[in-house]
Formats: sequence, structure tokens, C-alpha cells
Amino acid sequence: MADSTALAHEHEHSDLQHHFADMEQQQEASTLGMWVFLCTEIMFFGGMFLAYLVYRLEYYNEFATASQSLDIKMGTINTIVLICSSLTVALGVRAAQMGKRTLLVILLILTLIFGLAFLGIKGVEWHDKYKEHHIPGPTFNISDIQHAHPQTPLNPGHAELYFSLYFAMTGLHALHMIIGIGIFLVLLWMAWKGRFGPNYYTPIEIGGLYWHFVDIVWIYLFPLLYLIDRKHIP
Amino acid sequence: MSDHVIPSKMYYGIWLTLMVLTVVTAAVAFVDLGALNTVVALVIATFKAMLVVLFFMHVKYTSEKMTKAVIFSAIFWLLLLLILGLADFATRATG
Repeated sequence: MADSTALAHEHEHSDLQHHFADMEQQQEASTLGMWVFLCTEIMFFGGMFLAYLVYRLEYYNEFATASQSLDIKMGTINTIVLICSSLTVALGVRAAQMGKRTLLVILLILTLIFGLAFLGIKGVEWHDKYKEHHIPGPTFNISDIQHAHPQTPLNPGHAELYFSLYFAMTGLHALHMIIGIGIFLVLLWMAWKGRFGPNYYTPIEIGGLYWHFVDIVWIYLFPLLYLIDRKHIP
Repeated sequence: MSDHVIPSKMYYGIWLTLMVLTVVTAAVAFVDLGALNTVVALVIATFKAMLVVLFFMHVKYTSEKMTKAVIFSAIFWLLLLLILGLADFATRATG
């Protein structure tokens, strides 16, 4: 540390915390820490996925028919919206790596727009479920689903379980999206002030990791919730 | 920094693949494959997730081995939860 070149080196990067040897080590430590956090997130969502799988195998007919009451078009569009947002995040990290401030700001704004579009479409879908009385509770009613599948006797309680899991899983996912939008607003503010460049873009990198993780959760939620046996049930 | 700046072409390629697979998975759901429908949907989802992890999340390019160890342990733990959990319910004699 007393070494004058080391000091000069440190002054060069004011973002380097004193307990790290260099910027590279600092970023690797942050990235690893983020992955450990994502590991806990996988455990968190894993419990929900197991609950879903157990009940889906147990009450297959209700899960399949209730799944078909979801709007597959909106689900597909939302998947595409999220994939586009992941692209803008990945390109944003690249822009930060190359020190292109304006491009980074534009890509972060695009990411926020995609994120809000996803939540908007999700809100419309939830509102449709509300109108159809498919929200678990005292007014829950699946006579429309039963009517669409007259040859398959359905137990409303089991369908209610599907919709409970649907709202719990998409709700938790949406909560993660809202938190992600909050994180990206902060990143946008920092990028606007020119805080990032080739030497320091760790917040963009690990914020991006979070965003991509939330995208991956949706990549699994989409087929599991929307695409159960679209052809089979009479 | 040692991190590679990945050519943007690569990101567009991954994005296009993910878009195509999304449309494919939605379309295949309307083809009657019996029990295979679920398998196909999950295989496509896993392939998409792998592309996101390897390229968008830069795991393919990281030199940090600990990151890979954490990811493998997470996947291993998740499979342990799902497989043992499902094995329990699948072999229960429920009345």
C-alpha cells in the first residue's frame, strides 16, 4: 500500500474499495455474491414449483382445463417482451463496458419500458381473471370452464388450487419485476450521472444478473401455467 | 478489465433464438403429442434458460470457477428438492 504506484493506481479508480487488490477482483467478488443471492432465489421459487408440480400431477384435469382459460396470446407476448428486455439489459452491460454513456441510458430506459409493458399486460390478464370470477375466494366460480369441457367433470376446489398457485407464482414474479424496475431506476440515475465506464460497471452487471434471473423464472412459468395440454382434454 | 466485450451480433443471435423458441413452444402446445407435450415444453424452457445463463449472464465467459460451483450447487439442490419431493408423492398410497 505504501508503494507509490499502488497509491497512484488506487487514485485512478476511486470506486476501488481498499480491501480488494484491483477492480477485477472487486467485480468478481460482487458477481459471485450476486450468484449466491440468486441461489437463494432459486430455492425460494423452487418450493413454489414443487407445490405446483405435486398438485398438477394430483389434479391434472382441473389444472389442464383451468390453464386453458388463460390467454395464451398475452402470455406469449409477455414472454417476448421479457426476452426483449433481457436483450436491452445485455446490450446495456456491453455499452457500459465500452463507456458509451448515451447508449447505456437509452438501453436502460428501453428496459424499463419493457418491464412496465410486461406488468401492464399482466395487470390486464389479472383483471380478466377477476371479471371471470377465477380469483380464489368467496366469488370463485368455474362454471364457464366446466361448460367449455362438458365431458370432463371438474372439482371447483381443485381448480381453485390451480388459480391460487397461478396468482401466487405470477404475483411473486411480478413483485420481482417491480423490484427490478426500482433497481433499474437507480441504475438509470447513476448512468445519467456518468458513473459507469470500462473500469467500473459492476452495478450494471449484477443488476443485469437479477433481471435475467427474473426472465428465466418467467421462461418456466409460461409453459407450466399457460401450456398444459392445450389439445387433449375433451 | 479481463471481461470480454462480447460482439453485439452474438447478443442479437441469442435474442433471435429465444424469440423463435418462444413461438415454437406456444405452437407445439396445440399439437397433440400426449405426455410428450410437457416434456417438449420443459426441454425448450431449459434450453432457453441455458442460453440466458451462458450468454446474457456471461457464465460462458467468466474465469471465476466459484461462480460455476455456486450455479451447479443451486441446480443440484433444486433437482434434489423436485425429484425427492415428487418421488414421495408419486409413491404414496393416497385413498
